[in-house]
Amino acid sequence: MAKKNYTLRELMAVVAARQLADGKSVAVGTGLPLVAAMLAQKTHAPNLVIFFEAGGIAPQLPTLPISVGDSRTIHKALCTTTLIDIMDTMRRGYIDYAFLGGAQIDSYGNLNSTMIGDNYDMPKVRFPGSGGANDFGSLAWETLIIMDRHSPRRFVEKVDFITTPGYLYGPNAREEEGLSPGTGPSKVITDLCLFDFDPETKVMRLIATHPGITVEDVIKATGFEFGISDNLGTTTPPTEDDLRIIHEVIDPEGRVFPK
Amino acid sequence: MKILKEGTGEIFCKNTPTEMRNWTRKNKPRALIDKRMRIKDAIKKFVKDGDYIAIGGFGHIRIPMALIYEIVRQRIKNLSVAGHTAVQDIDVLMAGGCVSNVDIAYVVGFELRGLSGVQRRLFESGEVKKADYTNGAMSYRIRAGAQGVPFIPVKVMLGTDTMMHSPGKVVKCPFTGEKVLLLPSLNPDVCIIHAHKADMYGNVQIEGHIVKDDLQARASKRVIVTCEELISDEKIRADPGKTVIPFYMVDAVIEQPWGSHPGNMPYKYYFDHQFTEDYLTAGRDNNPETMERWLDEWVYSINDFDEYLTKIGAKRLYNLRDLEFLRPPVR
Repeated sequence: MAKKNYTLRELMAVVAARQLADGKSVAVGTGLPLVAAMLAQKTHAPNLVIFFEAGGIAPQLPTLPISVGDSRTIHKALCTTTLIDIMDTMRRGYIDYAFLGGAQIDSYGNLNSTMIGDNYDMPKVRFPGSGGANDFGSLAWETLIIMDRHSPRRFVEKVDFITTPGYLYGPNAREEEGLSPGTGPSKVITDLCLFDFDPETKVMRLIATHPGITVEDVIKATGFEFGISDNLGTTTPPTEDDLRIIHEVIDPEGRVFPK
Repeated sequence: MKILKEGTGEIFCKNTPTEMRNWTRKNKPRALIDKRMRIKDAIKKFVKDGDYIAIGGFGHIRIPMALIYEIVRQRIKNLSVAGHTAVQDIDVLMAGGCVSNVDIAYVVGFELRGLSGVQRRLFESGEVKKADYTNGAMSYRIRAGAQGVPFIPVKVMLGTDTMMHSPGKVVKCPFTGEKVLLLPSLNPDVCIIHAHKADMYGNVQIEGHIVKDDLQARASKRVIVTCEELISDEKIRADPGKTVIPFYMVDAVIEQPWGSHPGNMPYKYYFDHQFTEDYLTAGRDNNPETMERWLDEWVYSINDFDEYLTKIGAKRLYNLRDLEFLRPPVR
């Protein structure tokens, strides 16, 4: 295999960007997901509308914001509003995609960003909690999950805390608990591969590995059983243009992709 | 109404909408009154031990830091706080030992800057009590408080441990049969806000995203506002659509330029990234004396926020203005 001119994190951003169709809308936080949304806008999806939960709508992002509410998230925006207005907008069905991540994920795409340990009052590690993640995972049409450092510690049989709902405990579980039909995680993008969810079982299903990564690598790094698509493919590496846009236009200060 | 499932989270704010309404009738003046005062006096007068506090802005953005530092300086204790994306604001309060309970939507994290040592210690030891929510959920609770109803049905948190560690209750909608989560409304004792402009009566203008400050002011008993610029009421009257918070909700108004430092004030100044990094580093030190020294240097040993700004220095502040406008700092 020829020496690659890109990193796995760059590939993740590019694969995530390609999930976003032109003319749709996305709610996004900081970090890698935002790089993906900005990259999509600057390549195949110029009409992608970005929403920030702090109240920024359709900004012309000059460079990568470092906070979900910072001035860059409202730079030349079409509307500045309130957090509850963004959540209402999502609940009313205007937001197609939301990006999420977490410390742990299980086979149904349930995410933990709250704590590690089994004692809620005295956790081993306390993380930030939901923020807007549970809102996004409950209300957006389609949730795209980005998880780097794909390992058995993060891809677990049972998450220590379900912060944000995936498919909970199986088919129809979301509807049973009161979440709206037609919602839920659609893809999981990791530094090894790309999953979707089996339409019957709602369990994660491998649909592509990154170049140079084998199915065995993914099995070894995953703490639960997952399905494998009959049409298993390989992700397409970033183009020179993708890499230039990421480093020169989106993240020139190297906040997400340190130089 | 049958309760199908319920969380175990404690309700930290005990105010009910009907009590609030009665309290408002007796205690909030409707007249146009000059509400200017010093930060020191506003905190002394309106913030008490054991109060439930709602903080304006969003974590690093338009946070009322001058008011936060003064609460710490006056060593107010046992506060409950709405952790409704709370970052450096709540962190300084917690470092100062002011906080006993937190309704968590987002805390502990400094977004891309990583986790807070101070908050991890206090939450992981159980020293500070908590219940879990989401950002949407906290806003919905505040909207119910502003509306004056005791609970609100929502379509988030369902099916998750986040719900099980909140006081939420799942019921079926009596009209459609659809499952909804009921959350208690929230009427904070005090709301502290940093805004762009206000007049002396407390008519407040915020530029850019309002986050949740409009609702918080409506839901809370007391509202303290610092602003970058005090303007005349003639200017307010010239464009009244810009008044996000009207005067009768507001109890104190203080003109405090740079009042969100080291936070980002949209259209005014960007983050003081280095200041926040240094603060985080102090909090991550395993020796708690490191944070005590930081608080001594930046809070306890100085008299007020003007002195703090002098210590930061004009050059550093003006550079933040350049960064906000995407200009290379030149001073």
